[in-house]
Amino acid sequence: MRSRAIASEAGPGIALAIRGLATTFAMSTGLVRAVDGIDLDVRAGEVLGLVGESGCGKSVTLRSLVRLVRPPGRIEGRAIWQGKDLLALPERELRDVRGKEIAMIFQEPMTALNPVLSIRQQIDENLKAHTGLGRAERTRRAIELLDLVGIPSAAERLDSYPHQFSGGMRQRVMIAIALASQPRLLLADEPTTALDVTIQDQILKLLLELRDRLGMSVILVTHDLGVVAQTCDRVAVMYAGQIMEVGPVVEVFRNPRHAYTLGLLGSMPGGGAIRQPLRSIEGAPPSLVDLPRGCPFAPRCTFVTDACRQRRPDLVQVAADHLSACVHHDQVAKAVS
Amino acid sequence: MKTTAGPPLLDVQGLAKTFPLHRPMLKVLLGAPRLTVHALNGVSFSVRRGETLGIVGESGCGKSTLARCLVRLIEPDGGSIRYDGADVRALTGAERRAFNRRVQLIFQDPYSSLNPRMTVRQTLSEALRVHRLCPPGEIAGRVAGLLDLVRLPQDSLDRYPHEFSGGQRQRIGIARALSVEPNCLIADELVSALDVSVQAQVINLLLELQERLELTVLFVAHDLRLVRHISHRVAVMYLGRIVELDRTERLFSAPSHPYTQALLGAAPELDPTRRRRTAAVRGELPSPVAIPPGCPFHPRCPYAFDACLRERPELHRSAGGGLAACHLVTMPQAAHAT
Repeated sequence: MRSRAIASEAGPGIALAIRGLATTFAMSTGLVRAVDGIDLDVRAGEVLGLVGESGCGKSVTLRSLVRLVRPPGRIEGRAIWQGKDLLALPERELRDVRGKEIAMIFQEPMTALNPVLSIRQQIDENLKAHTGLGRAERTRRAIELLDLVGIPSAAERLDSYPHQFSGGMRQRVMIAIALASQPRLLLADEPTTALDVTIQDQILKLLLELRDRLGMSVILVTHDLGVVAQTCDRVAVMYAGQIMEVGPVVEVFRNPRHAYTLGLLGSMPGGGAIRQPLRSIEGAPPSLVDLPRGCPFAPRCTFVTDACRQRRPDLVQVAADHLSACVHHDQVAKAVS
Repeated sequence: MKTTAGPPLLDVQGLAKTFPLHRPMLKVLLGAPRLTVHALNGVSFSVRRGETLGIVGESGCGKSTLARCLVRLIEPDGGSIRYDGADVRALTGAERRAFNRRVQLIFQDPYSSLNPRMTVRQTLSEALRVHRLCPPGEIAGRVAGLLDLVRLPQDSLDRYPHEFSGGQRQRIGIARALSVEPNCLIADELVSALDVSVQAQVINLLLELQERLELTVLFVAHDLRLVRHISHRVAVMYLGRIVELDRTERLFSAPSHPYTQALLGAAPELDPTRRRRTAAVRGELPSPVAIPPGCPFHPRCPYAFDACLRERPELHRSAGGGLAACHLVTMPQAAHAT
């Protein structure tokens, strides 16, 4: 039903190849399709944005990649990382990848850190697990890391506890812990959503700087299109557990080729004239238990035709490096220009 | 909507509010000093009839405390609030009830601000009964009209809040506020809990209702794009003070205060071709318990000079015509000296 013609092996420059990823939760109300068949490549050294509204499956996608989904969650598909399928790897081997080659930072810097362990202990934990450094070297490395993420007087702060840091500083500590094992891929789940705008700005700039210095890839999950515009190289737009559109950020923002992306961009204040009605999307996202048969966006779409309702549209190439799963991507393009 | 000239509908002068910080018993016994959160430190502004004034700032700047003080959910420590010429803080009895009816607050969280055990019908008719706005026989009709006003289906009446999505709940919140026919709405982070596509629906509804019902709106939010979209004028708050107040277009195109400049610079712009490589402002937000002396923004300000460390700048008319609390506005020559 979906395009499976993509090469099974990751091509050159592809760090992570996600194929047919589907994560479902068997609930009393029915089978919740949180992630519903995703094909996506993460390129070496890029910041890939995963954007969508709440419940679209962007966070579950991220967690599924490192199998951090709790029961009754069930993950299917493949995620090829350095020749290995992360989703089929034995738990013990996965542990060598998770937290080491692939690190993750979370939305809530208030709850993601352990409140009863000092910062030193929390960084040390990762260094012990994933590096062969001795005690003195680990301390030196921990200070280096805090310095790297911009914590002033790092040596003195090493024995502080999370509650002694502000929200922005805690997120910096989280990043330091994640970077301790020198990951090749950083999974960032709404890392700045809980922060004030001036602090968000600092953290995003820090992530970009670290990406440049360490040459890692980043998947940045966010609901904020502004954050995507300012931070990401490419963006994948998600809706109801599926990918609607993927492409370079400038291309997707300038020439959206999916009706949902067009609606999302139109809903954002700031583009049009002051106090004029925004182009809102009527209705609400569908229930993940009872997805429409065709395009999940069809019930809210202004371009909708029978073709949209009959079968789920494939993600097809619509321009160079630009994929869209919209039956009417041509009309969407015309509506933009 | 045209805003009318003449006396302002709402006039606030020198509003102040502090909250004592809880000290653990051990610290009290050890003689630790009593600490206070300085939430509002002399806030002054006025709102004209029919106008939308945006109030924007980061967490801890006092914007929510301000909203609550204005409807007297929190009693301010000092300053004055005049509504339609009357001293709000001195109102009692029937006059106070009338004020409560005219100025309505809509809360941020559509999940906790509705009573989960009350149906929409009960929620919307309660205030009508309390304020005796119409004979009991007419309540049903009024409630039905309110649902139409916020475009909720009539079969919502006997449902409970948990049966609605966030956007629908916020519509119920708006309907409840409008049930008592207010003149002035104070919207505290009205749409920040909602997804963008739903946000747009609620914003469009608010704009339309404001025109139709000739409402004055105080729009309190942290989202600069949203505030820009909806406000005639905008006040920027920092650590319990208004640091800049100006017409929306001018404030966003030519901000006078370095904090406003930083805030606008930090807000992620939707145009991916216009990127900054470096952060717009350094440093963290100071705690409202220990507000820096002089200008509260001086530790983070790239233009700070000696006067900023000593004296707190007051709001002054800037060259552009707006108000800004910055020594650079009153002493523009000092900028060149640094």
